[in-house]
Amino acid sequence: MLAFIIQRLLQAVVVMLSVSFVSFALFQFVGDPINNMVGQDATEAQRELLRERLGLNEPWPLQFIHYIGNIIQGEFGLSYRLGIPVEDLIADRLPATMELVLVSAFMALALGVPMGVYTGLNRNSWLSRLFLTISLIGISLPTFVIGILLILIFGVWLQWLPTFGRAGVVDLGWWTTSFLTLDGWRSLIMPSITLALFQLTLIMRLIRAEMLEVLRTDYIKFARARGLRNRAVHFRHALKNTLVPVITITGLQIGSLLAFSIITETVFQWPGMGLLILQAIQFVDIPVMSSYLVLIAFLFVLINLVVDLLYFIVDPRLRLDSLSRGAH
Amino acid sequence: MTTPAESNLLEVQNLRVDFPTRRGTLIAVDDVSFEIKAGEVLGVVGESGAGKSLTGAAIIGLLEPPGRISGGEVRLAGKRIDNLAQEQIRQIRGREIGMVFQDPLTSLNPLFRVGEQLIETLQTHADLDEKSARKQAIDWLAEVGIPSPEVRIDQYPHQFSGGMRQRVVIALALCANPKLIIADEPTTALDVSIQAQIISLLKRLCREHGTAVMLITHDMGVIAETADRVAVMYAGRLVEIGEARKVIQNAKHPYTLGLMGSIPTIGDTEEELRQIQGSMPRLAEIPEGCAFNPRCPNVSDRCRKHRPELQSVDESSVACWLFEDAAVPSELS
Ligand SMILES: Nc1ncnc2c1ncn2[C@@H]1O[C@H](COP(=O)(O)OP(=O)(O)OP(=O)(O)O)[C@@H](O)[C@H]1O
Ligand SMILES: [Mg+2]
Repeated sequence: MLAFIIQRLLQAVVVMLSVSFVSFALFQFVGDPINNMVGQDATEAQRELLRERLGLNEPWPLQFIHYIGNIIQGEFGLSYRLGIPVEDLIADRLPATMELVLVSAFMALALGVPMGVYTGLNRNSWLSRLFLTISLIGISLPTFVIGILLILIFGVWLQWLPTFGRAGVVDLGWWTTSFLTLDGWRSLIMPSITLALFQLTLIMRLIRAEMLEVLRTDYIKFARARGLRNRAVHFRHALKNTLVPVITITGLQIGSLLAFSIITETVFQWPGMGLLILQAIQFVDIPVMSSYLVLIAFLFVLINLVVDLLYFIVDPRLRLDSLSRGAH
Repeated sequence: MTTPAESNLLEVQNLRVDFPTRRGTLIAVDDVSFEIKAGEVLGVVGESGAGKSLTGAAIIGLLEPPGRISGGEVRLAGKRIDNLAQEQIRQIRGREIGMVFQDPLTSLNPLFRVGEQLIETLQTHADLDEKSARKQAIDWLAEVGIPSPEVRIDQYPHQFSGGMRQRVVIALALCANPKLIIADEPTTALDVSIQAQIISLLKRLCREHGTAVMLITHDMGVIAETADRVAVMYAGRLVEIGEARKVIQNAKHPYTLGLMGSIPTIGDTEEELRQIQGSMPRLAEIPEGCAFNPRCPNVSDRCRKHRPELQSVDESSVACWLFEDAAVPSELS
């Protein structure tokens, strides 16, 4: 198991190095940032000074090493657009996105898993059909349409919820949170539903398909033949066997939640990383773009590690295989 | 109709299992009747698709929809069990009737320790605390011949070999002390060298616990060694049933004769090997009259039109017009 973890960590390092290289290469190939930063009428001396300050005069391998070193120390450079350190920008925006993604992921799992189990067990009930129909809508409607519909219904017509922004935020010093006030929750709820809906339907359909598959297996038949109660057969024996694919997909989906959050944040003017990166792209703000790339890659790698570890917890066959492999 | 004897543990009467489909109803088990006495081993043989497994599943209430019992009765110790509510039949499964499936590699849940599965089963059927359930589980593992059961109990199924897993499966099936075990080809998936061990284990345990067995198999050798009586099925029907020794040595039904003939015995020479021509009809294409008539060497007109019923011939029961004279003729509609 230890060998496996070390192997995975090494892989993670390789992935991170490659991504850093790509994001570093952005600096080299996408225009001259100096033009964007200083006005048309800046003198050549002023430009040279700025170039020096940003370290743009060194040969690129050296720049890359500096770049990596800085990233490791948590320094991502200055934003071309705003002139303030990117890490401060990110630290400012990260909590908004993370809270949005976490609440969405939780919603998708907390509703998707039971709905999937229910529709898998009661294939022909009207409620199952209802769930499946709704899930079709969730899968086929684009995220922004769902968001706009929600805004229209709950924000404009019913006026129950704020239509945009992140209100009621409490600053904890190192983190800003919406979780501590009612207003915070009120502005969080529509964006997270919007973001969660697609994942929810995906998880529901996945669990349902896995459930149907597992219920056909011999060990489920044998469990029934031993007279085990339905509850034990369904929720102990069957559900646990559906977990491996669900963990995989959930891990991948948390990644895509981060990605989809760009759209949701735009629709709801949610002050998260998605909004930040959009503005950065409009301005060709390379340091922000490349830092976003590195950060997202890091989160993906992290999630994948967690997923791998969860496999071990769920499936004993992997545990023992790698034990015996690790022993040699 | 005779009144069933007191000693019958299981009585299956005119059992019919069918599958409603768009193109009509497929009858997979057709008017099958037999009984099993307490402690008796009944072998069930017949070609693949004869309806052996479905008969077993119907008895234990585990037919998968759309399959259903559409006629007849199943009685356990005189009590009907084919029309029970889900919860009632669940309580019979494991506790009154156990089941062993063909493939030990897939019969155990891969994500749970062997001990967890045993303890769970024990606790479902008896009010046991964790500690005594664990002790009983270890005892059961020892009883089915698993070495160092105190260690093995905490291992996962994939750490056991196929034969060992089937031993665990047998422990699981027997641990709530059922009066009847339905063993559906319990050794087919195993190495030939292990098959005999598993059969003799099953035989020994059932004798010791007084458990009756419905042993579904393709192996006539196993039947000869193990079964007290044997039932022969063809295309969902029972064609012959009787004492194992009698049926094997003195088969009556042409299909049984063919089955016996297709097993080479030691000393057999090539000319002796008989084969049944053709293959069993699909469910949708079962012919009128006797289902076996297209393949039967002794077929007559009557076989093509009228279905023979089981009738006693000597000490067995046979469904074949050849033996009509030997028994009281039964009128058919
Ligand atoms: N869901 C189903 N729908 C339609 N027909 C089915 C279904 N399940 C089983 N059957 C049919 O029922 C018949 C009897 O099947 P069964 O499994 O009882 O045969 P078997 O005697 O156990 O054969 P084997 O020796 O191969 O195990 C087969 O012809 C099979 O095709
Ligand atoms: Mg079968």
